[in-house]
Amino acid sequence: MEIKGVNIKSMKYDAFNDTEYIDQLREAGVNVMVGKLDQLINWGRSNSLWPLTFATSCCGIEFMAVGAARYDFARFGFEVTRASPRQADVIIVAGTIVHKMAPVLRRLYDQMAEPKYVIAMGGCAISGGPFKGSYHVLEGVDKILPVDVYVPGCPPRPEALLYGMMQLQRKVKAEHYFGEVNRKQKKEESTDHE
Amino acid sequence: MNKIKDIVSRIAPEAVFSESAPWTVTVPTAQFHAVAQALRDDPQTQFDFLLCMTGMDWGETLGVVYHLRSTASGCEVVLRIETADRENPQLPSVSDLWETANLNEREVFDFFGIRFIGHPDMRRLFLRNDWVGYPLRKDYDASAEVNPVRMENEETVDVTPSYEEHDGKVEQEERVLFDDQEYVVNIGPQHPATHGVLRFRTSIEGETIKKVDVHCGYIHRGIEKMCEGLSYPQTLALTDRLDYLSAHQNRHALCMCIEKALGIEVPERVQYIRTIMDELNRLSSHLLFWSTLCMDLGALTAFFYGFRDREKVLDMMEETTGGRLIQNYNVIGGVMADIHPNLVQRIKEFIHYLPPMLREYDEVFTGNVIARQRMQGIGVLSKETAISYGVTGPSGRASGWSCDVRKLKPYGVYDKVEFDEVLRTGGDTYDRYLVRVEEIRQSLRILEQLVDNIPAGDYCVKTKPIIRLPEGNYFSSVEASRGEFGVYIESRGDKMPYRMKFRSPGLPLVSVVDTLASGSKIADLIAIGGSLDYVVPDIDR
Amino acid sequence: MFLNTYTDSIDFNAAREWIHTTLSGVMPAWGVTLTECVLVGLCLLLGYALIALALIYIERKVCAFFQCRLGPNRVGPYGTVQSVADMVKMLIKELIHINHVDQFLFNLAPFIVIISSVLAFGCLPFAKGLAVLDFNVGIFFLMAASSIGIVGILLAGWSSNNKYSMIGAMRSGAQMISYELSIGLSILTMVVLSGTMQLSEIVERQSEVWFLFSGHIPALIAFLIYLVAGTAETNRGPFDLPEADSELTAGYHTEYSGMHFGFFYLAEYLNLFIVAGIATTLFLGGWMPLHISGWEGFNAVMDFIPSIVWFLAKVGVVIFVIMWFKWTFPRLRIDQLLTLEWKYLLPLSLLNLLLMTLVVALGLYF
Repeated sequence: MEIKGVNIKSMKYDAFNDTEYIDQLREAGVNVMVGKLDQLINWGRSNSLWPLTFATSCCGIEFMAVGAARYDFARFGFEVTRASPRQADVIIVAGTIVHKMAPVLRRLYDQMAEPKYVIAMGGCAISGGPFKGSYHVLEGVDKILPVDVYVPGCPPRPEALLYGMMQLQRKVKAEHYFGEVNRKQKKEESTDHE
Repeated sequence: MNKIKDIVSRIAPEAVFSESAPWTVTVPTAQFHAVAQALRDDPQTQFDFLLCMTGMDWGETLGVVYHLRSTASGCEVVLRIETADRENPQLPSVSDLWETANLNEREVFDFFGIRFIGHPDMRRLFLRNDWVGYPLRKDYDASAEVNPVRMENEETVDVTPSYEEHDGKVEQEERVLFDDQEYVVNIGPQHPATHGVLRFRTSIEGETIKKVDVHCGYIHRGIEKMCEGLSYPQTLALTDRLDYLSAHQNRHALCMCIEKALGIEVPERVQYIRTIMDELNRLSSHLLFWSTLCMDLGALTAFFYGFRDREKVLDMMEETTGGRLIQNYNVIGGVMADIHPNLVQRIKEFIHYLPPMLREYDEVFTGNVIARQRMQGIGVLSKETAISYGVTGPSGRASGWSCDVRKLKPYGVYDKVEFDEVLRTGGDTYDRYLVRVEEIRQSLRILEQLVDNIPAGDYCVKTKPIIRLPEGNYFSSVEASRGEFGVYIESRGDKMPYRMKFRSPGLPLVSVVDTLASGSKIADLIAIGGSLDYVVPDIDR
Repeated sequence: MFLNTYTDSIDFNAAREWIHTTLSGVMPAWGVTLTECVLVGLCLLLGYALIALALIYIERKVCAFFQCRLGPNRVGPYGTVQSVADMVKMLIKELIHINHVDQFLFNLAPFIVIISSVLAFGCLPFAKGLAVLDFNVGIFFLMAASSIGIVGILLAGWSSNNKYSMIGAMRSGAQMISYELSIGLSILTMVVLSGTMQLSEIVERQSEVWFLFSGHIPALIAFLIYLVAGTAETNRGPFDLPEADSELTAGYHTEYSGMHFGFFYLAEYLNLFIVAGIATTLFLGGWMPLHISGWEGFNAVMDFIPSIVWFLAKVGVVIFVIMWFKWTFPRLRIDQLLTLEWKYLLPLSLLNLLLMTLVVALGLYF
């Protein structure tokens, strides 16, 4: 299926591929066998990111719209939205997180199996959005979860969420499962904690 | 008004009456319950519908404002009670007169710390049990040190305090919600069928539900408190995010309320545009209702059909307003921008597009044997219960309660168009479903009449750069997609509201879940929840 | 009784014998048996995995087209390797160690489920000469093997220490035990018609006319009952109560992650294949080509198609029908589900069995 005459003003195609951070992740060299295995694993992981059905407010409706007929994220392999956090790979925080919800969200995240990713969708999840300054609103979900991709908007258009999810795919592809780099980092981190 | 005066002064001679509309009666606390009962039961007044209940902090005193309406005559009256005791405020409960007061009084307790004597279940409604202070009081300390983000899980308690008066002395009693022997299943806050982050604690026996306890507040964003710190045009932005599926209607209500207070006449063209947008919004909301109800009942394909058609509505709205879901279109005195030249044409196309799709919906779902068996006779809501709980909107109309604000108090140009108020008498899940499907048709009918007759003119009137509402209190309401959405503003002549309260249609809907679901199966709870079609941010605000 | 004139263009019997003689030439008899067992086991598991992956992909595409969507189309051409990507991911996903569960039973449950479905899978006669287990009570063994799965599901629900899992497992238990009756009775009806319980024999006897046609009315009723009960057996919509997404999050496997969940997921699709495979064998002539008596030219053309293609094609059609009603109907409620079985399907199956016996006794079949 070829689409002709696409003209995206805001985002040139080159710019889509230009992500400094991901290139940094990629730089570390590994040996060929391990590298190939990593590629296979990352290919599998990145093409099968199953989201958790989680939504608190407005963004949730747009999340549903992404899954529905017109936008259809099944095309990219995000099809199976799991209701149980044990089986999900990515949690899309769609909507405001308030004080009462924060421990619940954290618990959901803890219940997910590794590897797990977080997408902060919409202004509320990124910073509190229009409700910043309210007594009961958590100002940014990154205060309690490690966020991988931020998708701004109030609510973000479905295309924006798809773009964010594809950026997450790119990020997953730069990971190392067997390669030493990430393991070393983890060890250092864990010793830091102790 | 004279009848009300008679009844009230017979019981409470010290009651104070306002001289002009809205008719407000300030009742002494001691006689309040008797007055309320008399107003409800007296055949001449029959105020059987508690429309809105607003907690207030008037500086020296704390109090509550009740908006009562008679479903028979449509008369309205406002009752006020107050107490000067800020340390340990206590007021009489009316939860035995109107069921809807149950959750509303818990809300007032949550926000203002007012304890209601005689209320069976005086827990916090939205905030955590260990929350310090009462946020909507004017002297509330909002600093993060007092209430940091607590990451430990909230303790679940099975007992609740209640306050009873014995011989002039108030005593605290403990009531047990769930005892040790009950099998309590926690549904939510993260659960695919609660339509957001609502939490039900259900006590079940096998598959049969014995009791449902609703926990709200997982998306309580403190909008009412925020509004007190924002200027009037700024508050508009937050209404869209209350019930995001009737964003336009919510904002319409707030604009109407402010315009009424300022005495602004909005041009005819604006009225037409607003009405058209309201109906488009209702279409998108009802299509979403249809999709999600089908999904809840397990018919996944239907979900996609509904969303496919909803996208077309969103396209039309997006072209004019620039937003798919949150539109930010209404402003004080008009709308943000004129309609897009394509809009009229696209609406006409859509009016022809949708009816065949609706027939397809009927084939896929309405006529299906399984779907009917899942819905018919499930969760029957009688008319009296609906009124007592204040269940407005399509859910109330399915019980035979004629409660359409568009007919009762026409706003916009609803008095100029012909449409039927869809009423059914069964009150079960199937009726609630059918009412909404029929309302889609009625919305199309309204659009058809309006779309060719949009008059020329301004799309907005000039307003002052700084808007100050004259001192007083104002209430106006619209028919949002899920019921009557009201806005209550108390102004002290400032550029910011002193108190802004939103009467959400969602709160009565969840309060009635326990009544509807007790005795039915777990799967029925999902069907009932789907057919009530609540939106959680609208409940929690 | 029946004259089998059909010679397959791919004859698996010949291949089998060739392997056997080659192996016998290089090693003692026990070695031959051992090697053959290992080979068969490997082929079976490979086939199992491949069929499951293919089914997952097919289901996604089919449901996408029902729902006006495209379905997976980015991973591989037309998204064909989407399910491979899913499997790669699931294989290396963390298996969460959960406190407060019965560790032994919790870890055992997915294996019971998958073993039972592999066992049942091994019984199916895929093509002429291509059946792993084939003995005189084959259909009986198949039913017994496939109903072990319910133990796994009950264990999973019970050991998870989760109320949703528990309710899901109880629903599943009630449902599967009930519908097992209908399946058993409809299979029994066909056994009455065929006069044997050996699967290869059942297929052989349909070389002229498929049982669905030769048994006419009672066979048709049995087929419909079997389809309904089989769908319920595989926990698929409209009978997907044990894992009803909108009610019980994920039902009995709510607490399972990684490959443990993958086992349930694969077994679910494979059970679909098995149910369709039994339906094909009993009603649609197994791997036998379509023959219409009298049309010799037509029959010759049909014979030209290899038997394995016939089998897979028939299974595909049955699977498509089951998918069709999964994606169309809403879900039943538990009491309605049991009412359907005990008040309608079961008496109907019993009557149908009686009818079939009469038909066979009076020789009213073709």
